[in-house]
Amino acid sequence: MKSALAKSVVYHAVVIAIGFAMIYPILWNIVSSLKPEDEIFRKAASLIPSRWVWGNYAQGWKGFGDYGFGLFFKNSLIVTVLVVIGTLISSTLVSFGFGRLKFPLKGFLFACLLVTIMLPQQVTMIPQYILFNKLGWINTFLPLVVPAFIGGVPFFIFLMIQFVRGIPRELDEAAYIDGASTYGIFWRVILPLMRPALATVAIFSFYWTWDDFMGPLIYLTDPEKFTVARGLQMFADPSSMTAWGPLLAMSTLSLVPVFFIFLFFQKYLVEGIATTGLKG
Amino acid sequence: MDRVYPEIQTNLQENAGVRRSSFLQRSRREAWVAFSFISPWLVGFLLFIIGPMLASLYFSFTDYDMLSAPHWVGLQNYIRMFTDDPRYLTALKVTFKFVLFSVPLKLAFALFVALIFNRNHRGVGLYRTVYYLPSIIGGSVAVAVMWRQLFGGDGAVNHILQWFGLTGTNWIASVSYSLWTLVLLVVWQFGSPMLIFLAGLKQIPSEMYEAAAVDGATRFTRFFRITLPLLSPVIFFNLIMQMVDGFKAFTQSFLVTQGGPLDSTLFYAVYLYEKAFSHFEMGYASAMAWILLVIIGLFTALIFKSSSFWVYYESEGGDKS
Repeated sequence: MKSALAKSVVYHAVVIAIGFAMIYPILWNIVSSLKPEDEIFRKAASLIPSRWVWGNYAQGWKGFGDYGFGLFFKNSLIVTVLVVIGTLISSTLVSFGFGRLKFPLKGFLFACLLVTIMLPQQVTMIPQYILFNKLGWINTFLPLVVPAFIGGVPFFIFLMIQFVRGIPRELDEAAYIDGASTYGIFWRVILPLMRPALATVAIFSFYWTWDDFMGPLIYLTDPEKFTVARGLQMFADPSSMTAWGPLLAMSTLSLVPVFFIFLFFQKYLVEGIATTGLKG
Repeated sequence: MDRVYPEIQTNLQENAGVRRSSFLQRSRREAWVAFSFISPWLVGFLLFIIGPMLASLYFSFTDYDMLSAPHWVGLQNYIRMFTDDPRYLTALKVTFKFVLFSVPLKLAFALFVALIFNRNHRGVGLYRTVYYLPSIIGGSVAVAVMWRQLFGGDGAVNHILQWFGLTGTNWIASVSYSLWTLVLLVVWQFGSPMLIFLAGLKQIPSEMYEAAAVDGATRFTRFFRITLPLLSPVIFFNLIMQMVDGFKAFTQSFLVTQGGPLDSTLFYAVYLYEKAFSHFEMGYASAMAWILLVIIGLFTALIFKSSSFWVYYESEGGDKS
C-alpha cells in the first residue's frame, strides 16, 4: 500500500515537472507581455513581474502606422471563418461520395486523394501563385479561401471518409427502402450523424488557418489585408523591432482564440486524431 | 465487402422483374450522383493539384521570371543545382540533418509521454491537455517570437542556466546551435504523434501484459516484446507523416532564424521560397520542388520497403500463443 502511494507521488511529481517545462515558454510569453520593458531581459526567466503593465496591450493593439491589430484580427476572422465553412461543406460532400457511393475509377481517385495528403505544397505553390496572379487574386483573400471550398485539405476529407465508413449501412438502407433519394440519405441520415467529425474538422481547420503563415505571406502584400500572423511578423521584424512588451502582448493575444477553442473542444480533437491515425 | 446502393437496387429490381437496360441507366445515374458529391474535390484536384503539378514540371525545365515567357533550358536547372549552387547543397544538408534528428527525437518523446499517460492515474486528462498545449500553436508567429526570445543571448534559457552556474551563448545566433533550437522547437510540439501513440496503446489487450507478467517478464521485456511490436504499425504511420512534415518544414526556420546565421538553418523550403518569391527564379524553384518530391517519395518507399522487417501485422503471427 505504502509503496503504491510512493509510486503515485513519484509519478505525479515527474509528470508535473516535465509538464511545467513544457508550458514554461507559454507562461513566459504571457507573463512577459505584462512586464515592464526593462524586466523582459533583465529578469528574463522570472515568471513574476515587479508590477503588471497592462499598457502593453493597449499600445500593441494600436499596431503601427495606420494598421492596428483590430484590423488584423478582423481579417484573420474573415479568412478563418470562410475557410472553416468551405472546408466543412466540401469535405462532407466528398466524404459521402467516397464513403458510400459507387462510381467508376473510385479506387484510383481514392488513391490520388491519399497521395495528395503527403504531397509537399512546394510542388504546386509556384504555378498556383502564377494562376492566382493571372486571375488578379493577389492581395485578396480569394487564394486563401477559395481552395477550401473546392476540396481544400485532403487530410480532412480522409478523416471524414473514415468516419462515414463507420456509420452502419443499415441506416441508409432503411431510408432507401422508405423511398429516400441519395441526396435525402445524405441530408437526413448521414449528415446529422457526422456531427463529431464535423466538430473535429472545424476545430483543426480553424487553428491551421488561424496559425497559417505561408499562405498570407505569399498572397497578401498590403498591410490593409494582413492577417494576425502576417501583422505580427511585420511587427516582430528584428530590423525594426523596438518595443518588446507590446509585441509579446500581441503575440499572446494571437494565441487566445486557439487556446479558447482547444480548451472547450479538445474532446473532439483528441478523438479526431486518434481515429485518423489508426484506421488508416 | 461493400454493400452499396446499386446492389440494393439490383435486388429490388430483380424482384420486380425490371429489365437490365433500366438498371444500366440507373447505375449511370448513380455514378452521376456520386460525381456530383465528389465534384468539389475533383475540380480542386484537377485545378489546384494536377494542373499546377504539370505546370511546375514544365517550368522546371525552363528559365522563368514571370515577366517574360518561360524559355526552355532543358536539364540546366537540375544540373546547376548540384554542380553550381553551394547554397542549394547547404540547404539539402541542413534539411537532412534536421529530419534525421528531429523526427526520431520527436517520435521517441511522443512515445515516452504516451506511455506515461497510458495509465489510470488521477488527473491524466488534465496533464494531457497541458502537454498538448504547445502543439496547437504550431508554426505560428507567436511561437517564433517566443523562441527567439527564450534562446536569445539575453533570454530566459541563459538566465536559468546561470542559476546552475553555467553560461550560455546566443543560441539563435550561433552557427553550431541554431539548428538545434529548431529541432527542440519541433520536438516540443510532439502532440499529434503522441495522441496517435496513445490511441494505439489503448488497443493492446491488457491480457497480453498479464500473461507476460505471469510468465515473469520484466517491464523491460514487456516493452520490447509486446508494446513495441504491437505498436509498430502506428510507429510506421507516425514515422512517414513526420518525415514528410520534416522535409517540407518552413515556418520554423523562416520565422525564428531566417535561415541564418550563415545559412546554418537554411531549410530546403526556405531556400525554395527565397528563389521563387525574392529572386523570382520560378523555373529553378520548380526544379527544386520536384527534387523535394523525389526525395520524399524515395524516403517513403524506403520506409515502406523496410516495414516488412520491423512492422508487425497481427495476421502473420497472431496465433502463436
